[in-house]
Amino acid sequence: MFSFERGTFLGEVWIARFSLMNAMATTVELSFYIIVSGTLLGALLGVVLVYAAWPFRLLVRVYVDVMRGIPVLVLIFFWFFGLAFFKIHVSAFWSGVMAIGAFCAAHMAETVRGAIQSIPQGQTEAAKAIGMTFVPRLWYVILPQAARRVVPPWVNTAVEMVKATTLLSIIGVVELLLATQQAVARNYMIIEFYLAAAFCFFVINFTLSQIGAYLERRFAYMRY
Amino acid sequence: MPAPLLRAIDIHKSYDQTEVLKGIDLEVYQGQVVALIGSSGSGKTTFLRCVNLLEEYQQGEIDLDGQPIGYRMANGRRQRLSERAVSAQRARIGFVFQSFNLFPHMTAEQNVMLGLTKVRGMASGEARERARSWLDRVGLSQRRDHYPYQLSGGQQQRVAIARAVAMEPRLVLFDEVTSALDPELVAEVLGVMQDLAKSGMTMIVVSHEMLFVRDVADRVVFMDGGRIVQEGPPAQVFKNPESERLRAFLGRFHGLFGA
Amino acid sequence: MIAYQFNWSVIWRNMDAFLHGLALGLGLAVVSLLLGCVIGLACAFARTSRIKWLDWPVWLYVEFIRNTPLLLLIIFVYFGLPQMGVYGLDKIESFVLTLTLYAGAYMCEVFRTGLASMPNQYREAAKAIGLTPWQRQRYVVLPVMFRITLPAVSNNLISLFKDTSLAAAIAVPELTFTARQVNANTFRVFEVWITASVLYLAASYVIAFGLRQVERRYASVR
Repeated sequence: MFSFERGTFLGEVWIARFSLMNAMATTVELSFYIIVSGTLLGALLGVVLVYAAWPFRLLVRVYVDVMRGIPVLVLIFFWFFGLAFFKIHVSAFWSGVMAIGAFCAAHMAETVRGAIQSIPQGQTEAAKAIGMTFVPRLWYVILPQAARRVVPPWVNTAVEMVKATTLLSIIGVVELLLATQQAVARNYMIIEFYLAAAFCFFVINFTLSQIGAYLERRFAYMRY
Repeated sequence: MPAPLLRAIDIHKSYDQTEVLKGIDLEVYQGQVVALIGSSGSGKTTFLRCVNLLEEYQQGEIDLDGQPIGYRMANGRRQRLSERAVSAQRARIGFVFQSFNLFPHMTAEQNVMLGLTKVRGMASGEARERARSWLDRVGLSQRRDHYPYQLSGGQQQRVAIARAVAMEPRLVLFDEVTSALDPELVAEVLGVMQDLAKSGMTMIVVSHEMLFVRDVADRVVFMDGGRIVQEGPPAQVFKNPESERLRAFLGRFHGLFGA
Repeated sequence: MIAYQFNWSVIWRNMDAFLHGLALGLGLAVVSLLLGCVIGLACAFARTSRIKWLDWPVWLYVEFIRNTPLLLLIIFVYFGLPQMGVYGLDKIESFVLTLTLYAGAYMCEVFRTGLASMPNQYREAAKAIGLTPWQRQRYVVLPVMFRITLPAVSNNLISLFKDTSLAAAIAVPELTFTARQVNANTFRVFEVWITASVLYLAASYVIAFGLRQVERRYASVR
């Protein structure tokens, strides 16, 4: 059963080990850059959506709604072919990070906006009453409370982003799905290899969910 | 005296380790209005929910029209009846909740009709007619096509009463039906209940509205700590409280009873 | 950007193909959602039922699907089914099968939270007027749950519609696939992708607007 002969599952995995491990690393890197940049930009945009003057709010609102109304794959193609057309040399990896990161930011912005707006008005008023100005109010009173409410939807979005990295296989980024496809093209072990890849994604995403659950428990003392 | 309509014999109920009903015996006769009073946690509501089989209880028997309900004896063991059989028995006992519990996806009329068509098997035309006449009777003929969220608390509770009595149950249980209402809406609901009492409906009422209890109830039952401490006609119970607990309880409503 | 000359005639000439692609995507999304609702409903009841052994297989199905990329599932089903001895599914059928299983897992969670968030008082009121267990589900629990979950179901339809773009990966001629072909044939990069984006956006908005009307119609559950 545990044979490493050529033609067995484990044997074929061994043959493809470097390619698969590199691909796994690529998937993790892609996810990391996308989620981090998307979260930072999204938090900023979310604050703008709540507090900024209306022209800025409108601008960000349009950005967020457009991004969320278009399939990621279309964004990826748009960005990838658009850059290529102008002979701007950005690797498929980074052009993918930018396309999915922009998409991620739009989702995060909505999440952050919702979380901020769900905090009772009395919190802002209490902070004003002790004389805090806007930035400290946001930083010490509003955002820490919003953070707790952000965690569950943040985890959902993060999981979706990890899944979305597979779309970059279509523009030739050798992440886990494409590497799996390449291995399958050689050995025809469709079921075993795709199930194994699915399992890897499951592990990544399940870990993310667990981290989210931990953070939620950690923040659970903030209740009204 | 004729046989009681409802008879509860030695009802015991526990949640986990805590015994909340410690042997309740109660008889209710046709046409009587019985008021259950007592502080919160005394077991009034739990007892009422046992009567409508919304709660299971570990010991004792409840008879409706001389027939035991909810449980049967099989090979010397006490057994809960099937949910289907229990449902049919519930249909003979009306229940009005503290929080109304109207079905949010149905209009007032549909709320009243549901039990008539699905439980009583009435044709929808007939059910509609009966629903309308009951909504009329509780003063809501203008509101029959409104959804619960479009009605005030008092109106919702009156619909809930119509829903219970339209089934023509043998008796109706009222569980603190005015406690969730704004003070100005209490009177309209009590008015409907008084009207029902006058028409000869058998009722068990859990209530903190002592004036209503004094004026409408035939019998008052004071419960404390899962037991019935004293019962009798309102005048007697209110004038001559036998226990310190009842005196303390009534003291909170002082001035009402000419003391 | 300065040098770019827009030429929309290419788009008009291919408008038929674009609109067909859009309609196909919408159809795929609606069919998958409806079938997915059936699966989701069954799974939600299985997970909330008292039958314990039904719980973990459903949990596994839901968690596996939700944590696995859709594109991987599409490719796995399309290429994997023949290897498992299931022949005769064309690419559209195979895609619908995948998207249905995908939707089923998400709908299971939607319905499960719907059932869990339903106040117990409605069930009690239904008991109190003597409805049997089946009648309680049929006349009270399901209709109330349907209304509670309607916004979430709407969101899922829009997500599924956007997800139909992934069918391009197995050459189902929906909107994204069409756009990519027109792009490859004409090199009118911006016209093509702007058109695709606008069509997706417009369709999403129309769906959202329509469903908002339905939600308003059933807004009696607060």
